[in-house]
Amino acid sequence: MTYVLTGSNQTASAGRLRGAVSALDPRMRIVMTVTYAVVVVALSNLWVLAGALSLSMWLLAISGLPFRKTVKRMAMMDSFIIFTLVLLPFTMPGTPIFTLWGFEASWEGLWRATGIALTANAVILAVMTLVGSMEPVTMGHALFALTTPERLVHLMMFTIRYIEVLREEYLRLRTSMKLRGFRPRSNWHTYRSYGYLVGMMLVRAIERSERILAAMKCRGFSGRILLLEDFRLSRADILFALALAAALAALIGAEVFYAAA
Amino acid sequence: MPLLELNDIHFSYPGLDPVLAGASMTLEPGERLSLIGPNGAGKSTLLKIIMGLLAPSRGTVTAFGKTCTEEADFHEVRCRVGLVFQDADDQLFCPTVAEDVAFGPLNLGKSKQEALAIVDSVLTRLGLMHLRDRVTHKLSGGEKRLVTLASVLAMEPEVLILDEPTNALDPDNYTRLTEILKDLDQAILLVSHDADFRAEIAPGGYRLQDRILARVPAFENS
Repeated sequence: MTYVLTGSNQTASAGRLRGAVSALDPRMRIVMTVTYAVVVVALSNLWVLAGALSLSMWLLAISGLPFRKTVKRMAMMDSFIIFTLVLLPFTMPGTPIFTLWGFEASWEGLWRATGIALTANAVILAVMTLVGSMEPVTMGHALFALTTPERLVHLMMFTIRYIEVLREEYLRLRTSMKLRGFRPRSNWHTYRSYGYLVGMMLVRAIERSERILAAMKCRGFSGRILLLEDFRLSRADILFALALAAALAALIGAEVFYAAA
Repeated sequence: MPLLELNDIHFSYPGLDPVLAGASMTLEPGERLSLIGPNGAGKSTLLKIIMGLLAPSRGTVTAFGKTCTEEADFHEVRCRVGLVFQDADDQLFCPTVAEDVAFGPLNLGKSKQEALAIVDSVLTRLGLMHLRDRVTHKLSGGEKRLVTLASVLAMEPEVLILDEPTNALDPDNYTRLTEILKDLDQAILLVSHDADFRAEIAPGGYRLQDRILARVPAFENS
């Protein structure tokens, strides 16, 4: 998913991926990812969470995704939660570790922050390897096969199809502005011009959507888009799902074991 | 029985001057007509009226011997008349070429297998099989144009309406398009500013100017 929406050069590389994961049934991958996320979020023991993260790492290893790029993406997600993680030791009461400017950091808070970081990274890595390695179109079809509301699937498919067209339109308008000597500054002329640019893009997007609907009607569209792709669950899919389910069961077992001890 | 018949069509966009005042035309089976006129004369509007995308304020559209007034009538018209749009990006909305070509046949009630068979046969006929699994928005302008034609021909229309089909085509694709169109046996209504192209496909037809649609036997200089 992330591949297509971030640039055309990366889309090509996604098409070339031939990892073990990309050959599996997309429906199974989506269902297993959801299961995985639910299980990992429910875990709380740090050792078990570390185990979950290594399981995600293993998924990454067999997925055939570029290792460094994917880990970098994962780190980008971390930047969203970094403040929570840093502040947590100071806001949770408990056994003090050290004092900074009069604020006490607690061990309990530190462990909690570690737990959140491990959970978040394990889940996001699994999502990136299992679902993110899918072509977005395939994902749309798989969601449809999993009886996701048709409207949502179509919305997603249209977004995939037209986001590039809209971006090109934006770039054309920007170029034509530049060619007439426009340079963004902090003044009203700039704000007004950007306002026109956004407004013009909205108007064009609406007009294009009307033309698309007209074109669809001309080919007999009557409210339903039929999708061509059929999915089949193969032996490899079932084996993969079972293996992942067994690993998740082991994680749950370990969690219960640590909780009892 | 004419395939299409327009009778005394009046039309104006809300709040603007009339675009058409009493336009009448007929298209007979196997006939090939051009429609010419200056920019903004209302050629695209006329095509939209034929397809039922716009409703005329006066006058009737008769298709295949039946007067069309409601959306349901035009649904049938759209299944038998193929319109190739001016901007290929408006028409190719499916992610892949195969899906886009299959869209029409699926709407006609064909099964997936039948639709896929049609996709293969149409693409083979137009020599576009190599594009079958390509992503539509990454095709070149010429490829997009030929694929839109394939996606319309897949519905086996009895009438083919082309709105500026030679726009932004390179000489190779231009030649291919000309050859493909010459081989078709459908009736054609062609909107084009390109005199050479018209001479090849449909030398005679109608001129739309100053809200009036007039029959012209053969265009000599325009």
